[in-house]
Amino acid sequence: MRATTSADDDFLLGRRSFLRVSATIAGGLIVSLHLDLPLHAQEADEAAPAPKVYPPDAFVQIRPDGKILIKVNRLEFGQGVQTSLPMILADEMDADWSQVIAELAPAAEVYKDPIYGFQMVGSSSSITHSFQQYRELGARTRAMLVAAAAQQWDVSPARCRTEASVVHGPGGQSARYAELAEAAAKQAVPASVSLKDPPQFRLVGRRVRRLDGRSKCDGSLRFGLDLDLPGMKTAVVARPPVFGARVKSFDDKDARRIAGVGDVFEIPLARGTGIAVVADRFWAAKQGRDTLKVEWDLSAVERPDSAQLWSKYKTLARAPGNVAASRGDQTKIDTFAASDRIVAEYEFPYLAHTPMEPLNTTIRFDGDLAETWAGSQFQTADQAAIAEVLGLKPEQVTFHTEMAGGGFGRRATPDSHVAREAATIAKRVRGTPVKLVWTREDDVQGGYYRPMHVHRVDIGVGPDGMPLAWRHVIVGQSITAGTPFEPLIVKDGVDSTAVEGTADTRYDIPAFHVSAHHPTVNVPVLWWRSVGHAHSAFVMETLIDELATRAKADPVAYRRKLLKPDARKLRGALDLMDQKSAPWRTTLPAGHAAGIACHECFGTAVACAVDVSIENERPRIHRVTVAVDLGLAVNPLGVESQFQAGVAFGLSQLMAKGAITLRDGRVEQRNFDGYTPPYIVDAPVAVDVHIVPSGEAPSGSGEPPVPVISPAVVNALARLTGRRYRSLPLVAV
Amino acid sequence: METYKLTVNGQPKEVTVDPGTPLLWVLREDLRITGTKYGCGIGACGACTVHLGGIATRSCVVPVSLVGDRPIVTIEAMAEDPVGRVVQDAWVAHDVVQCGYCQSGQIMSAVALLKTAPRPTDTNIEESMGGNLCRCATYVRIREAIQAASQQLG
Repeated sequence: MRATTSADDDFLLGRRSFLRVSATIAGGLIVSLHLDLPLHAQEADEAAPAPKVYPPDAFVQIRPDGKILIKVNRLEFGQGVQTSLPMILADEMDADWSQVIAELAPAAEVYKDPIYGFQMVGSSSSITHSFQQYRELGARTRAMLVAAAAQQWDVSPARCRTEASVVHGPGGQSARYAELAEAAAKQAVPASVSLKDPPQFRLVGRRVRRLDGRSKCDGSLRFGLDLDLPGMKTAVVARPPVFGARVKSFDDKDARRIAGVGDVFEIPLARGTGIAVVADRFWAAKQGRDTLKVEWDLSAVERPDSAQLWSKYKTLARAPGNVAASRGDQTKIDTFAASDRIVAEYEFPYLAHTPMEPLNTTIRFDGDLAETWAGSQFQTADQAAIAEVLGLKPEQVTFHTEMAGGGFGRRATPDSHVAREAATIAKRVRGTPVKLVWTREDDVQGGYYRPMHVHRVDIGVGPDGMPLAWRHVIVGQSITAGTPFEPLIVKDGVDSTAVEGTADTRYDIPAFHVSAHHPTVNVPVLWWRSVGHAHSAFVMETLIDELATRAKADPVAYRRKLLKPDARKLRGALDLMDQKSAPWRTTLPAGHAAGIACHECFGTAVACAVDVSIENERPRIHRVTVAVDLGLAVNPLGVESQFQAGVAFGLSQLMAKGAITLRDGRVEQRNFDGYTPPYIVDAPVAVDVHIVPSGEAPSGSGEPPVPVISPAVVNALARLTGRRYRSLPLVAV
Repeated sequence: METYKLTVNGQPKEVTVDPGTPLLWVLREDLRITGTKYGCGIGACGACTVHLGGIATRSCVVPVSLVGDRPIVTIEAMAEDPVGRVVQDAWVAHDVVQCGYCQSGQIMSAVALLKTAPRPTDTNIEESMGGNLCRCATYVRIREAIQAASQQLG
């Protein structure tokens, strides 16, 4: 199903094609195509909703010097869409890749996700949702260029061919795209566009290096935090020590004495209130903030405490919650004797995302207009939130998408709390651009964590060692309750982001029951790369491994036997991983063990094998072999890179200091000294990635690497130590 | 406020700032040289790594008053540095970066490593790069690029 909105349809109807020539800042001219497009790009089923057609000029500019600018309708924050989406478009367009430049699109109707109708990055959906869109955009642009050339040469367009930004005619004629752009814009729009057959792809399916590679190695790429506008101020906020607490009183005398500190004032926060310090420079603002004496009113706020939460969650987990999945005979589990049962309780603490670039947003508010610069995963929501705070309409807020230094979900906030804070401050310092910066301490202590979870699983094991009954209770806060996403994601009292990877397991278990409790806790929570899958896969894959060990079965063979017959992608990934890792798995040195895990999420199936030993009470990961089926790999180099690094990211949840904990309402960690993600020594030394050949529609590679690695590592540790590791983080082996 | 004479990437610079201002913020905000990044402010992530007197240094924990006459070299000068250029090229050839935010610091640490240990072992790499956090965790390709640069430097 493709969502369409009336606003999108408006620009398709009744407009004439025209040529847009505009001056660039550099003094050159941009000639771009602005097209009057048909509603149907291709032959469509009469009954189906009309596919949305996008105007190429919003996405492609052909410049007189031959440069082709392609707009990316997503945030780039490491996942590589700033390269892969242009590849898709440039391929259908037959553009000269060496001349392609990419730019992140601002917030606008036309750049919304074609399926979600919301401009965003999430659910590893960028390529999945925009593959067809970008192909059609490229094909349309090419068709217009060919038509222009054919007209000039008085030949049939069908007799022309294109390659590397040149149209070649049947009589040896040729014309560069840059020469044809103006005439192309005057062409009638073809009623339909034909897309390439996969063997005709010149870019898609090839290993293509990132377009932003050099600029990220020489210091020239400007992230949101690097933004420098004339007269710009920087704001840092003193935040409540317990979520939701309010300022009772504050003394800013010392803060105001710091050179460069301008204004100091109380602001509302998404939860509670805070004190904003606005200064000429970050350092002055931070010094000012740290010098404030604030008395907080904690009387009305719940003070969460990790120890108490564990106890409460474990009690809840002993009884079923709201039902997420139920099939087979639900009395079956009670028929198993204790010796034929596995009862396992798992602990997952709160996790912070800690993207390398601290959160920031810059806004200039001029009374009736505003301009924003932010690395946002949710442009549509953040733009609307800023408009609301400033008393404007969203279209009065120009929203520039800035390159972001990581995010992992942290820049996709349904409450747009960073955007709202920035707007609140910008409103006060009207006329002056102001950059709100969250310090690392603000980030680590500021909430919006992956929720803490307890899983409790009761398994009845059959005489052949296979699970016959499975009762699974998950306890954790709902990520989407109280947000606009709740109606879409919470069904029958179950937040699907908590049970994904469990309720929809690909394993075939006859009597199967999954339920969830969603307690309300005064800690803001958020999706963390791969969302529910990272904890669900840990539980599923460690238990399956335990069952295989108990059955004295090969862990790969056991999984093959238990997987549903239709788990085709997962079987393919498992087979390829088995084949590629068998040589080293069967020849491991003493003190090493192999661990296996597989998981399917966001349409992508992943299997991995790890070679682990123990050094200094920590897992040392010598090697990882990953096999993945994600349909057609648009950029296999990008996929390889995502998986190599993504598995190491997944180790975050095993780190000894990989937990956010609370004591009497206060977060106990402050910075990377107390909350420590994987460094080079914690990461695998080598990762080989193998892609299952496929011509199917592409699925994502951003989140799928994350879930498999942690269970694979502890499965290997279990072979070395005989112990099962069910409480994370992994403090000591 | 005090005035300091600094040498940044071979250029003389003068700044008037609070003596406690970390070198990182002097570079980024007073001199507007922004390739050096803020990641933690406590010397725990390495995103702010520069060469101070030839030594890889966390600029977020060095007050400008303690810089003295030691030359400061940042990522912006690496293209002109014989080792720096090779490391940058290796980083590009191996498609190391993802979000890229930590990579200025990674490259500064890698260049410092290769200047002292032209043939680094895995242990050398882990020791020298051990304080540079990459949240995307591009470590496998960082290792590969360092080894490739080492070979290139012959």
